[in-house]
Amino acid sequence: MEFIDYYKILGIDKNASPEEIKKTYRKLARKHHPDLNPGDKKAHSTFQQINEANEVLSDPEKRKKYDQYGKDWQHAEEFEKARQSQGSHAYAGTGAGSFSGRGGNEDFSDFFASMFGKQEEGGRSSRVKFRGQDYNAELNLNLNEAYHTHQQTFTINEKKIRITVPAGVENGQVIKLKGHGSEGVNGGPSGDLYITFKIAADAKFKRAGSDLYTTAELYLYTAVLGGEITVDTLGGKIKLKVKPETQNGTKIRLKEKGFPVYKEEGKFGDLYLTFSIKTPANLTEKQKELFTELSKSSS
Amino acid sequence: MQKENLIPAGEFCMHYDIEFSFIHSLQETGLLTMENISGAEFIHISQLAELEKFIRLHYEFEINMQGIEAITHLLQRVKTMQDEMIVLKNKLRMYEIEE
Repeated sequence: MEFIDYYKILGIDKNASPEEIKKTYRKLARKHHPDLNPGDKKAHSTFQQINEANEVLSDPEKRKKYDQYGKDWQHAEEFEKARQSQGSHAYAGTGAGSFSGRGGNEDFSDFFASMFGKQEEGGRSSRVKFRGQDYNAELNLNLNEAYHTHQQTFTINEKKIRITVPAGVENGQVIKLKGHGSEGVNGGPSGDLYITFKIAADAKFKRAGSDLYTTAELYLYTAVLGGEITVDTLGGKIKLKVKPETQNGTKIRLKEKGFPVYKEEGKFGDLYLTFSIKTPANLTEKQKELFTELSKSSS
Repeated sequence: MQKENLIPAGEFCMHYDIEFSFIHSLQETGLLTMENISGAEFIHISQLAELEKFIRLHYEFEINMQGIEAITHLLQRVKTMQDEMIVLKNKLRMYEIEE
């Protein structure tokens, strides 16, 4: 656990007046508030830091304790004992004019908890019911997993959650699981769980929406004379007729052999196949002669 | 509509310690839809998260109704652009050089 410089977080001097702290805090809170920065994890974390800094610096008693023991937080307990022997009461309020954000003040750092203990909800939160904080989680899938509708089980805050991942889910797509977030404040409803799907790039197939792109190697002889080849698709192997005199880089479309369309059962995108012609290697003398002959005949 | 998903507007205001005129203004600007059942007004639970955001904007940021309307509009545009960005990033991945 590391020391947190609350003055640095707010960008103020150690001798800053309460008015200056309030003004700076309000300015920063407006800038980084999660309501105004949806989906921005960095802004969310900054907001929590400035909220915590304000919680300490806007309260004279906490500020005094922090200034005295901040860097030496391990000894803060001695301060508590000395204070209690003087007959003063434990602080149970909250920083004046603090912003509640989502889920209020429940995300204080370990450093804060070690110095000031678990914080009671304050401000508006102490009087009203609020929805619990929303949780965000990431679920990593490979392309093959995203191709099939399947079940996934994972653990969020020690709770096991089982979800059905519909086929065709997009990389970066977010789904909401209602009521699986943090518990509500003062009996309010629970927050939601937002799951972001991260689909790893595939070595064989490239995806654009519900269309897939891939390359198939074609032997020179098949490219010249035509024939039948077997091609891998995510749905399995398929047989494909190759026209004679197929050129290198020829692209063909295999209708409905691409990726499933999200939540549209039975509907698929297309698979675009680019032929890459493979020239023969390690030719025998006889083969070389034949190619030379062929070359002469075509020149 | 199931009544268990509806919150009486008056009760809501009392719990959140806000004036009834505030949610009425939200309704007038189209930011909130209330259900009227036998003369009593109700808020659907699906609007709770958005409504809490409006309360924070108004009571904590001291933003007036016009400001809330503008912010809501801009946040919707941000959301649309974020969705577009996901699609474009995924398309871009196709052209990125594989390591």
